Amino acid sequence: MLEIKCPYCGNRSQNEFAYGGDATVKRPELNSMISDQEWDEFVYYRKNPRGNHLELWHHVSGCRQWFKVFRNTATHEIIQTMEMKENP
Amino acid sequence: MHQEFRTSSGGFIDRSKEISFIFNGKKYYGHRGDTLASALLANGIHLIGRSFKYHRPRGIFAAGVEDANGKVQLYKDNITEPNVNVTEVELVEGLRIESQNCWPSVGFDIGGINNFFSRFFPAGFYYKTFMWPKSFWYYVYEPFIRKAAGMGKAPLDPDPDRYEHQYEHCDILVVGSGPSGIASALSAAKNGARVILAEDKSRFGGSLLTDNVTIGNKNGDEWVEDSIAELESMPNVTVRKRSQVFGYYDHNMLVMFERCKDHLKNPAPYTPRQRLWYIRAKHVIISTGSIERPLIFANNDRPGIMLANSAREYLKVYGVLPGKNPIVFTNNDTAYETAIEFKAKGINTTILDTRKSSNAGVVQEAKNLGIEIKFNHGIANTSGYKKVNSATIGELNNTKDGYKNLQTLPCDSIFVSGNWTPTVHLASQSGNKLKYEVETDTFLPHQSRQKETVIGSANGSFTLKESLADGFKKGFQISDEITKNSKELSVPISDEKDFRLHDKFWCMPLPNNKNYKRFVDFQNDVAVSDIQLAVREGFRSIEHVKRYTTLGMATDQGKTSNLNGLQLVSDLEKKIVPEVGHTTFRPPYTSVTIGTLIGREVGKNYQATRKSPMHEWHEKNNAVFVDAGLWLRPRYYNRGEETLDEASKREALNVRQNVGICDVSSLGKIDIKGKNSAEFLNRVYTNAFLKLPIGKARYGVMLREDGMVFDDGTTTRISENHFHMTTTTAQATNVLSHLEYYLQVVWPELDVNVVSTTEQWAGMAIAGPNSRALLKKLFPHDDVSNEGLPFMGFKEFKFKNITARVFRISFSGELAFEVNVMSDYGEEMWNEIMVLGEDLGIQPYGTEALSTLRIEMGHVAGSEIDGRTIAYDLSLEGMLSQKKDFIGKRSLTRKAFAEKDREKIVGVVPLDKKTSIPEGSYLVENAKASFPNPKLGHVSASCWSVEYDNPFSLAIIKDGKNRKGEKLFAVSPLKNIVIPVVIISQHYVDPEGKRVRS
Repeated sequence: MLEIKCPYCGNRSQNEFAYGGDATVKRPELNSMISDQEWDEFVYYRKNPRGNHLELWHHVSGCRQWFKVFRNTATHEIIQTMEMKENP
Repeated sequence: MHQEFRTSSGGFIDRSKEISFIFNGKKYYGHRGDTLASALLANGIHLIGRSFKYHRPRGIFAAGVEDANGKVQLYKDNITEPNVNVTEVELVEGLRIESQNCWPSVGFDIGGINNFFSRFFPAGFYYKTFMWPKSFWYYVYEPFIRKAAGMGKAPLDPDPDRYEHQYEHCDILVVGSGPSGIASALSAAKNGARVILAEDKSRFGGSLLTDNVTIGNKNGDEWVEDSIAELESMPNVTVRKRSQVFGYYDHNMLVMFERCKDHLKNPAPYTPRQRLWYIRAKHVIISTGSIERPLIFANNDRPGIMLANSAREYLKVYGVLPGKNPIVFTNNDTAYETAIEFKAKGINTTILDTRKSSNAGVVQEAKNLGIEIKFNHGIANTSGYKKVNSATIGELNNTKDGYKNLQTLPCDSIFVSGNWTPTVHLASQSGNKLKYEVETDTFLPHQSRQKETVIGSANGSFTLKESLADGFKKGFQISDEITKNSKELSVPISDEKDFRLHDKFWCMPLPNNKNYKRFVDFQNDVAVSDIQLAVREGFRSIEHVKRYTTLGMATDQGKTSNLNGLQLVSDLEKKIVPEVGHTTFRPPYTSVTIGTLIGREVGKNYQATRKSPMHEWHEKNNAVFVDAGLWLRPRYYNRGEETLDEASKREALNVRQNVGICDVSSLGKIDIKGKNSAEFLNRVYTNAFLKLPIGKARYGVMLREDGMVFDDGTTTRISENHFHMTTTTAQATNVLSHLEYYLQVVWPELDVNVVSTTEQWAGMAIAGPNSRALLKKLFPHDDVSNEGLPFMGFKEFKFKNITARVFRISFSGELAFEVNVMSDYGEEMWNEIMVLGEDLGIQPYGTEALSTLRIEMGHVAGSEIDGRTIAYDLSLEGMLSQKKDFIGKRSLTRKAFAEKDREKIVGVVPLDKKTSIPEGSYLVENAKASFPNPKLGHVSASCWSVEYDNPFSLAIIKDGKNRKGEKLFAVSPLKNIVIPVVIISQHYVDPEGKRVRS
């Protein structure tokens, strides 16, 4: 079980959190022209990297904040956690 | 009572008390402090059970968790537990044990015939033999194998015991209380670290309980006692025995089970049987010691043959002689100590040593005591069916692949030693890359991935001096990184015997042209010939050899067999062991009962239960409850002899004719505030929300980004920047997470806050033609007329001093209102409504009637919004705004979503107007078509229409738009029925929606 440092609450066990996927995916702007490919990339396609991955987690059984986790998917090492507005 | 093999003195048992136990129907005695294994051996019992595949007689082979043979069925106080290891059960009054895997008895076992047909059971026989015909697998092979390879009998009754879970954090977890473990715990604790010391056995000390050593000016066991007492007195230290750390997971999370109850004579009430500890440690010190490695020789599995150090443990710890005429068979010096200890009790042994000589101090000591030593000798075979009675021994030839001469040596036990295997399981689980050390023939921890340090013999330090020095040093270094106290202890002087290197030789040759079995893995009955066969058949990867032969599988996890198996494969492939590699170590290290893993989460504690504020009222009024997620909701209210169908019909009809009240507190409620709230809702919902007037509710539909309908509900504008959203009961938590995601991740620039208020409001729906009259009585000073509170209107009224939010919304299709009051006033309000509604014919209605009412009206719910339907399929396409963008809109242009014959929701009525259509039935054109019969769609919800008094269902079917009036068949293969049906509109009752607006 991972130990994740919520930027607002501190170190907590993984069972307080929900995983939220790739944090680098950006939703296309509303009311903009979006190609099929662009939309498919956003909705369906995700990389599955072995190694460092910037991802979203949600402190569902805690402060209910979404935040970013920079994590190595092979070793599960968490290099850094940060608020949404920050970057590694 | 006389225990023939108990010594007259010595050991750590309490000889003042005798404890009886029953083994296979016969009564025996042991002492407090015994394990079942030591008590059995004290009575001269070696034969415990039959082996897995060949049903060969097997006995106790070791003294700890590494024993792979001593599995029994345990009975105590009408509770039974299968596959219990006799070496791990402490003797208490009232135990009864029975041998497993034998019939009719362990002494005469019919399955033992397998032994004579063993050439039909080679490696991989499962894969080769039981292949055809296929149907035989279910009826013949599988039941036969289950029985023949039987483990114990699973208990049939619920487990009456309690199990607990505990979470703990510490600076340093020390696993194992041998010399290095205690040294590091002392050193770290004195330096101020928060330490947990865990020992799996019932006594601390590890090898210090059996070795003749001194530390400082104390004997080994005295040093243990004093050190543990000191640790236990320190507030920063938690010391636990009977506690097995069995798993090492990410971020230094370890799990440990503690045996709390079974060893107690009179446990206090509510004592948990076992406790599962989740330990998060800043650093883990693994001092798990090492396990003696067996030697391989013909018929090396007979009862009476055991590990040399285990024999010494039985003697030194329990005062038990596992044999009175033993042979000690070794390839190293450590087994000499066993012979010396037995000599001290007056037992003469013969030592067979595969080496040509040894100049170690301990060997000289044995010589001086007059113990007979035969160097360069091996055991070629053994005899004795239920217990070993002699060994065929011989001098090894120069190439060690045969014997120069053979002779028979009578014995009643053989103590074997093939040197030592460090217990690296936990380190390996943690991700440590192991390295093979050729000199000691061991896999040792090498590169750690997490914060763990392996010390003592688990790390290849086989002398006490090294282990103590390492323990004190590492304990200080690791603790000082955390505490920075710089308080270092000095290492006490120690004295121990002299041991030297072992012989790199484990597998004895067979005597001339004989085909005897030489076992490598006792638990899975894997012999040398099986491994040879696997390699001959082309299995190269050690992982493949393991699975093909079952070497090192199951609960034993190869504790004694792994390295011997690797050595054999290496020899066969003419490689060295590190080139072959090792199999993966996986948790759990030893068997863990399922009860321990589950803990208290059983029965009603399996999940949390959510109850509405009016729950007690429902209970008092004969509600029958149904699970709705975590919620308990009234399904119907029982009156007399009514069935579910009768009660729900009565309740639904009463709503259509008079007035009903339904508890809707479980609906998700989300409070939304902030100056961009309307803009946010406009993006979240498919329909427009920007211009929703204050004091108005609006039905809204949400999509996921992939275009599927996510949830629906009503949202009310309470003031300019304040909204009240409702969600379905099932999706309440998901919708909140969804909203938080868009607000925090996608559009953080929006000034909106959302919070769940589900539990803050008690909700009650008042529905039926008399509902306005009832509301008038409830709020006599307020205007509840159609003009004052029109359809989809919202008002705040006062009831006594309670503020009530009143929404004119309807799920039932009748004129209806929903009243919300703060939860604490829920029951009071509900009671008032029941009193005031009495002369209007009010009745409460449950979820079953609620479903009937919504199905009749053609309203969609969870069975239609199942994550696979788009708005069109649910006839909600009118809800999709053409003017604005919203979540999921871009997906709606996908080709498949625009196809003309897409599935669409319809109503379904059986032609006979009598037969209810089971939910989940398929709709087909031709009931008699051969498979696969093209499926047009499925029935999503069914009810008995109280309006028309016949069955009615909703279905989602292909091209549903153009099928009104078509005659189809509803088929339910599960219930084996075919029902002719006609397709009609989904809106069965009041299709124009006049009633809700009346």
